[in-house]
Amino acid sequence: MVAIPSRHKSLALLGGVLLAQILLLAIQIKKDSRGRLIRVWAVSAASPFERSGAWGFGKVRGVWNHYFALQTTSRENEALRVENDALKLTIAQLQSKAAEADRLAAILSFKETHATAPMLAARVIAVSAGTASRTVEVDRGERDGVTRNMAVITPDGAVGKVIAVYRDTSQVLLLTDKDGGAGAMLVNTRTQGPVGGTGDPTIVMKYVATEEDVKLGEKIVTSGMDKIFPRDIPVGTVVEVKNGNPFKQIRVQPAAKLDRLETVIVLLSQAPVDFPGVDTQNAQTGAQNSTATAPAAEKP
Amino acid sequence: MNETYELRTGETHIEVHKFYPGAILFAAAAALVLQASVPVYLPQLNILELPLLVTIYFGLSRRNPSTGLLLGTAIGLAQDALSGPTVPLGFYGIAKTVIGFLASSIGARLDTEHPAARFALIFGFFVLHQAILVMIRRLLLAQPEPWFNLHLAIAAGVNAVVGTVLFLGLDRLRRSA
Repeated sequence: MVAIPSRHKSLALLGGVLLAQILLLAIQIKKDSRGRLIRVWAVSAASPFERSGAWGFGKVRGVWNHYFALQTTSRENEALRVENDALKLTIAQLQSKAAEADRLAAILSFKETHATAPMLAARVIAVSAGTASRTVEVDRGERDGVTRNMAVITPDGAVGKVIAVYRDTSQVLLLTDKDGGAGAMLVNTRTQGPVGGTGDPTIVMKYVATEEDVKLGEKIVTSGMDKIFPRDIPVGTVVEVKNGNPFKQIRVQPAAKLDRLETVIVLLSQAPVDFPGVDTQNAQTGAQNSTATAPAAEKP
Repeated sequence: MNETYELRTGETHIEVHKFYPGAILFAAAAALVLQASVPVYLPQLNILELPLLVTIYFGLSRRNPSTGLLLGTAIGLAQDALSGPTVPLGFYGIAKTVIGFLASSIGARLDTEHPAARFALIFGFFVLHQAILVMIRRLLLAQPEPWFNLHLAIAAGVNAVVGTVLFLGLDRLRRSA
């Protein structure tokens, strides 16, 4: 028997293997079969390693990203911090502008709903420099028709009165000032009494007789008797009542946010101004039964 | 048992290397798994042909054409099976069978230990591998495929560089003499 050289054996093997694979290809093309069984075996065998590889690769990448690839992290962190600060500032500015827009919208709405009452929107441009007084300066003055003793309000309620008028600005004495005040009355009983400041954030209602029934949470409105504020402008809410002799000690939380004034309304006349939530019907009937015990207060 | 032995081809003495048990199987399986999974995370590594590099390396090292072609067949068919139903079985199988045979044949005649020789051989085998794949597509599958383009040239160069480095690592799987 003739021995086949090793090289020829290899060539024969190569030819056989190639032929077998070409036939395999041809069969797949002919039958449109893709050798599913072989693929299932191969994929089943490889998938655990692939899963392990994916898990390991994920871990390696995590370690790399979080522990080694941090050369630029410090710079990025600093840049992001600066950007964050800038964004915070922008957000604060936008929030401030949004709040201002809301306030202006409220003022505009208030003016539109009181078209018959002459009034003037004014921006608060300064506050009292010391704690001894509670005044604000607004950007409306003589040229705008503002005169002394005009009432100043916000859509929330009474603020104070104009005490000094300049060409383009005016000073407003707030209700919370020790010298501030307004003629007021309790909404339910129509009991009248002046309200005035003590220098604190709250105000007090004076000269209400001890026998009067005053409830916590009761609303107080202007009485109109001071010739400054029109009637029925919200002044505040009773937050504390103590019996005294002969008058009650009534502490009132102002309706207007007197510590956060930015835009106010200067009433150019004493024409009535309707406020939502103030029961004018009750006010009319109550007024008939009013037991006024003290003169309307307007402090000098 | 001899760990290495020599082929005598005229005046040239060429060592035939043996490897640790399971080293070839491990390297082939690792190449297949990495080829299938690494591009998921690093798509740019899709340019590498790790199964081909392993086929070339063991073909050059074993220097037995029968072993080389059978190893190429096995790796190629496994690659076909893992490449999804759009790749018919035998596509990579045929190409790697030829590469395995040629690598073993060349390895039996030339000293392929020098990095420069390895670089040139890998580059050449990569181009040939692609040429075979194109022929299969054109002639057997009747699918249009360009013969050569810039991407192929870049891929050949990248694989040659990576393969040269990889071969140094695979050399550690050899049994010491």
